[in-house]
This record gives sequence, structure tokens and C-alpha cells, in this order.
Amino acid sequence: MYLRHLQVGQFRSWETCDLALTAGPTVFVGRNGQGKTNLVEAVGYLATLSSHRVSSDAPLVRHGAPQAVVRAAVRRDDRELLVEVEINPGRANRVRVNRSPLPRPREVLGLVKTVLFAPEDLALVRGDPTERRRFLDDLLVSRTPRMAGVRSDYERVLKQRNALLKTARLARGNALATLDVWDTHLTELGAQLLEARLRLVTALAPHVSAAYAEVAGPGADAVGLGYTSTVPLAGDGSPLAPGAPVPGTAELTAALRARVEERRRDEVDRGVTLVGPHRDDLVLHLGPAPAKGYASHGESWSFALALKLACLALFRDEGENPVLVLDDVFAELDQGRRTALARLAVSAEQTLITAAVAEDVPAALQGARVRVADGTATLLTP
Amino acid sequence: MYEGAVQDLIDELGRLPGVGPKSAQRIAFHLLAADAADVGRLTAALQRVQAEVRFCVTCYNVAEGEQCRICRDPRRSLDVLCVVEEPKDVVAIERTREFKGRYHVLGGAISPIEGIGPDDLRVKELMTRLMDGTVTELIIATDPNLEGEATAAYLARLIAPMGVAVSRLASGLPVGGDLEYADEVTLGRAFEGRRRITA
Ligand SMILES: Nc1ncnc2c1ncn2[C@@H]1O[C@H](COP(=O)(O)OP(=O)(O)OP(=O)(O)O)[C@@H](O)[C@H]1O
Ligand SMILES: [Mg+2]
Ligand SMILES: [Zn+2]
Repeated sequence: MYLRHLQVGQFRSWETCDLALTAGPTVFVGRNGQGKTNLVEAVGYLATLSSHRVSSDAPLVRHGAPQAVVRAAVRRDDRELLVEVEINPGRANRVRVNRSPLPRPREVLGLVKTVLFAPEDLALVRGDPTERRRFLDDLLVSRTPRMAGVRSDYERVLKQRNALLKTARLARGNALATLDVWDTHLTELGAQLLEARLRLVTALAPHVSAAYAEVAGPGADAVGLGYTSTVPLAGDGSPLAPGAPVPGTAELTAALRARVEERRRDEVDRGVTLVGPHRDDLVLHLGPAPAKGYASHGESWSFALALKLACLALFRDEGENPVLVLDDVFAELDQGRRTALARLAVSAEQTLITAAVAEDVPAALQGARVRVADGTATLLTP
Repeated sequence: MYEGAVQDLIDELGRLPGVGPKSAQRIAFHLLAADAADVGRLTAALQRVQAEVRFCVTCYNVAEGEQCRICRDPRRSLDVLCVVEEPKDVVAIERTREFKGRYHVLGGAISPIEGIGPDDLRVKELMTRLMDGTVTELIIATDPNLEGEATAAYLARLIAPMGVAVSRLASGLPVGGDLEYADEVTLGRAFEGRRRITA
């Protein structure tokens, strides 16, 4: 798929921007702070309803404006889709597809597919487990939109259950009498999320290995993926063998249930939920060691990049062709990695690239060029 | 901050559900500019609900007088009871004309985040109503969202030993929603296809 047209209003530094785009690579060039990343951030928002830079929506709305709008005409095969999101911080967003409002914004997830790689992705390798769980869950939702509901229900159950555990410590009579009911929700939704994540990690692993080998070049260590879970059945962190079987939902529900019962006393003592996929992690293996804490700067970059390129490959396997977004990344990569990335990126139906210095972008990706300066974006015709 | 009376009005409005500080201010200034007659009607309506509308002593639906219209109606059967969260759900179900029994209004759903547990709902009152054996079937029509489901599961477990048949509205209701927003046909169908819960 590709974006044929992008419009933003009151988004970040942009008062308005109205831009025709084409398939193939497009490079957004301009000095620092001119709003290049802001534009591709808007594209990412259409796909995920979240930003790759901030966790709250408030910074996305232009200073002084009440709301922001992002609108795009998206071409997929020979159909065109008009997707429009109104960002209302602190209130529900409004989403329209082909001019009809969606009853719930999250129904837009999965319509526009993007794979976005940015300097922030280094946190996938070096950051907290939260980053890696979000990576997995975002990818899940984008591949299987139904998972958006499971994910948000799970988060809600977790909040409810934690609130209950906290008050249970102050033991108001039968506060714990309702814990059982939340346990059922927690284990059933948790098992669905867990199973989906495990299937995803298994499918992703070979693609990550291949992408890493390609990016890091000959002689690089082999990489692998593992998963650690609060239920041992769902993974102990060691590298997953290709095609390893994944336990089913019923089995995982039972395992979670048993574990919840085992840890009940600790949970009541500490007032938080200790069992469930919200405490799991995706483990990145580099050669014989975990990447976190061991990988060099360059290796960490390559790993983060390999994770994102693996997403692209996974979508391809399923006949999807997402928009590839490369934000400020070429300046960070050496010549070998630039060339490797370019080789993989040219095959995307559309690649949107931001760079302060156009020469950092390899020749293979020098397609259309958009000059970004002083609050305007101009398509330069070669 | 505004002068005393205006600020008091903004504060009071701001305490209403769904009204944020900005809306409270907007409504307050709207009222300030409104006709005396319009404001008079609003004041009278508020005072009338205060003075005349009560909760039904039997089912906790809104009522003018001791008991609500439904509890007073001799044609409504005594053996089926439908449990809902709020009086507005009674209205939604009545619109379907599917249900001929009576109601029990819980006054909300279990939600630890908001500090609402079974003791904050009219659960004890429900148990008392079930005590004499008149009611043989209980239909739980709490909202089709997590809190509604949790409340339903809790009640089903609590009531199972009493020998009352417990059922839950069939799926098909928009999940994650509010009962009051379900259209009549969907809600009617959910009633017909209710499922027995065995706890
Ligand atoms: N909500 C907002 N309202 C107004 N301006 C904003 C808002 N959020 C960010 N900005 C401005 O946007 C600019 C940053 O834009 P952006 O990150 O897109 O730059 P860039 O062109 O990608 O730069 P670089 O080359 O340094 O990556 C900053 O000047 C910042 O002050
Ligand atoms: Mg930038
Ligand atoms: Zn009544």
C-alpha cells in the first residue's frame, strides 16, 4: 500500500500541510527542527493511534490549538481509502474512514499498515521490557485487529484487579470475594494475549536472524529471540527453535490460573498483580549472551533495525505491503549498514525517509524529494 | 475564579458526571444569560425530582411514591426477576416489550477502580428478595463490558446455591458497550436467547 496524499492540521509544528505523495521512496529533507519527523509521526499515528516518540497525545497538538487532524488517502491494490483522525487530547479521538465515522477509534487499527524505524527504537534493545511488550502488542494488533480489544480489555482488568488488591490489603470484609471473578477475566484474556505473542515471536524469529545477518554483514554473531513468562510453560527466555510448538489458549489459561493461585498471598501482600503477560519480556539473544547489557552500540542499532525489518518481512509473507518509514536513521548508520538497509528498503511499495542531510541517504533510495522549511513542505520535481 | 455566586454555580455543575471544568463554565454563563422563565423551569424541575421522585422500595427503580409503576402492576409476573445496573436500563428493556417480569436495580456494577464492591450495590437487598422462593428465574442484564460481566459472574456464584435458575443475556450485544445504547431489536433478541449460567 502507499499514501497518495497526506494532510495534517494543527499537528505538532504544522499549522497545515497538504502533500501529494507517490509510491517508491520519498526523502523529506530540511534543517534540524523544521518538522520532518512530525510529518512521518503523523503517518505512524494513522496506523497505530500512537506516536513513536511520546506516550501521551497532548504534545501532538500544536501549541494553542484544541485538536489536531491527520488525513490520508491510502492506495491498496486498486482501492483507495480515505482515513481521517481527529486527535483530542484528554477526550476520545474521532476517526472517519471514507467519510463515515467509526463507532470506536480502535477499529481503524490495521487499516493503514506501516513499519516505522527511528532512533527511539534503540530502546527496544536497551530499554525496559515495557518497550518490547509494546513492540510485540503493536505488531499483533496491526496484523490481527481483533487483538486491540483483547489488549485493552486485559489492561482494564489489570487496573481493576490491582485496585482490588490494594483495597484488599486494608481488608474491608469480603473485598476478596470478588477477586475470583477478576481472576477469570485475567487468565482468559491473558492466555489469549500470551498465545498470540508466542505465535508472533515464533514467526518473527527467523526473519530477525536473516535481517540481522544482512544488516550486520559477514562474520557477525547469530541472533535469536526468546520469551520469558510468569508461567514457565510459556517460555523461559532461551532462544526459540524455529517452528517450536506454542501451547493453546486452554492450556495457557490453566497454567495462568494455577500460578495465580500459587501467588495469591504475595499478590495480596504487595497489592499488585504478579502473574500475567504484563510482566513478560521478549529476550534478544546475540551470540551466546543476551543483547541487553552486552551488545555494542552498533550491534544494538543493527538488532533494533533487524526487528523492524523482520516486521516488514512478516507482513510480506502474508501478502501485505506496508509503508516503510525511516526517521533520521541514516545519519546513525555506517556505510555498510546504510547500503544493507537501502537494499531491503527499495522493495517496499513506499518508503518515507527523513534526513537533515540528503547525502546521508543512499542513492538507491533517492526518489522523490520534499523540502521542509519554515512551516511548508514542497515537493521538488526532479 | 469568579465572584461568589457564579463560582458556586460553576463548582456545582462541575460535580455532575461528564461535566468538566470548561463545560461547567460554559453552562454557567449560558444560564446567566438565559431568560428568567427558562431558569425558573429548570429550578422547578430540579426541585420536583428532589421532592417527588424516590427509589422504589422494592426494586430501586425510580418511582413517584413508594413503589414504581412496574412493581405496582399486578399483570407483571412475580417469578422472573431481571437484574440491571441502573434505572435507565429498565427503560431500555421495557422498550423491547419482551420482558414481563420485574426488576432489581443494583445501582451500578463492581468496579474496584471506582471503589465499588458488592457492598456498595444493592446485592443484600437482592438476596433478601430471593429468600422466600417466589422468584424462580433470575436474568442478569448488566452491561456487556468487563465490569458488567464481573458483576454477573459474582451474582451467579452467590445465587447458585439458592436453587434459582440464573441466566445471562445472550451475546450479540455490542461488547464493551452500555445496555442503554443497544437497539431494541438486538436487546430483544438477547433476551430471547438468554443462556443459563451454571456457576
Ligand atoms: N505541539 C507542538 N506545537 C508546536 N511546535 C511543536 C510541537 N511539538 C513539536 N514542535 C516543534 O517541532 C519541531 C521539531 O520538529 P521535528 O521533530 O519534526 O524536526 P525534524 O525536522 O525532524 O528535525 P531533526 O532533523 O532535528 O530530526 C521543534 O521545533 C518543536 O518545537
Ligand atoms: Mg527528526
Ligand atoms: Zn419497583
